Amino acid sequence: MDVRYINAFVKSVGNALGTMCRLPVTFGKPELKSGDEPSGDVSGIIGFSGDAAGSVILHFSFDVAAKIASQFAGVEMTETHPDFADAIGELANMIAGGAKSQFEGLRIDISLPSVVIGPKHNVSRSKDAPRIVVPCRTDAGTFHAEIGMLIGKRSEPANKKVTVGAAT
Amino acid sequence: MKILLVDDSRTIRNIQKNVLKQLGYNEIVEAEDGLQALKVFAEQKPDLLLVDWNMPNMDGITLIRKIRENDKSVAIMMCTTEAEKSRVLEAIKAGVNNYIVKPFTVESLGEKINQTLAKAAPAKA
Repeated sequence: MDVRYINAFVKSVGNALGTMCRLPVTFGKPELKSGDEPSGDVSGIIGFSGDAAGSVILHFSFDVAAKIASQFAGVEMTETHPDFADAIGELANMIAGGAKSQFEGLRIDISLPSVVIGPKHNVSRSKDAPRIVVPCRTDAGTFHAEIGMLIGKRSEPANKKVTVGAAT
Repeated sequence: MKILLVDDSRTIRNIQKNVLKQLGYNEIVEAEDGLQALKVFAEQKPDLLLVDWNMPNMDGITLIRKIRENDKSVAIMMCTTEAEKSRVLEAIKAGVNNYIVKPFTVESLGEKINQTLAKAAPAKA
């Protein structure tokens, strides 16, 4: 995957967290993810279609997700709050939207966000696209942004509503 | 001054409501997609709409086109993650008075709301 696309996501994560949550972000070394190992307790997922196929997934522990969602929404919340999934989904939406606006010359549509909540769950996805995981460190704790995209592969939109529920 | 917030994210609607209340606007109604917004618009006759782009059932750009078929004067501001120039131009063509990209600061949202109302005022006069 072209490093420019990874940089677009990194920039967008910093912008969204900095603007909406007043949380500066520093980034760890991006790593290629190969397996389907469990990746967190809360996942915010956005799919891409059009001139690119793939997804961006934000992986959080319960604790970090609660702190970031609280900063974002301006009210204290944990995973049991009725707006918790909405806040995580909207954050993922802003990050994906901000990144795609930097993909010059590509017409990309983003899906509505999906949110998966459950201890140590795994999100399975296509093995076609390389998956890069970027650690995102904030004062609220570290979460991970996983980016998997195939540029130039046309795909149809697959909008989904926000989903809340324990993964099995 | 009645304001209709149209966004499928309740978190965003709450943030927008807080900003509007700080600006002194307390008459606020809400819809969570374009379809619901059409109904609320007809019933409540708001003076300003803040509209998201990507929503289930009916997206924001379709909502704006439908409203502009019959109402050229109501103030409409788009508030969306869609930041590409082509999208902004599409929204202007559909009839928005202003456009703000998410993420936004509270200050920039307040400023854009005031701008939108000022721009739309001559059309309503």
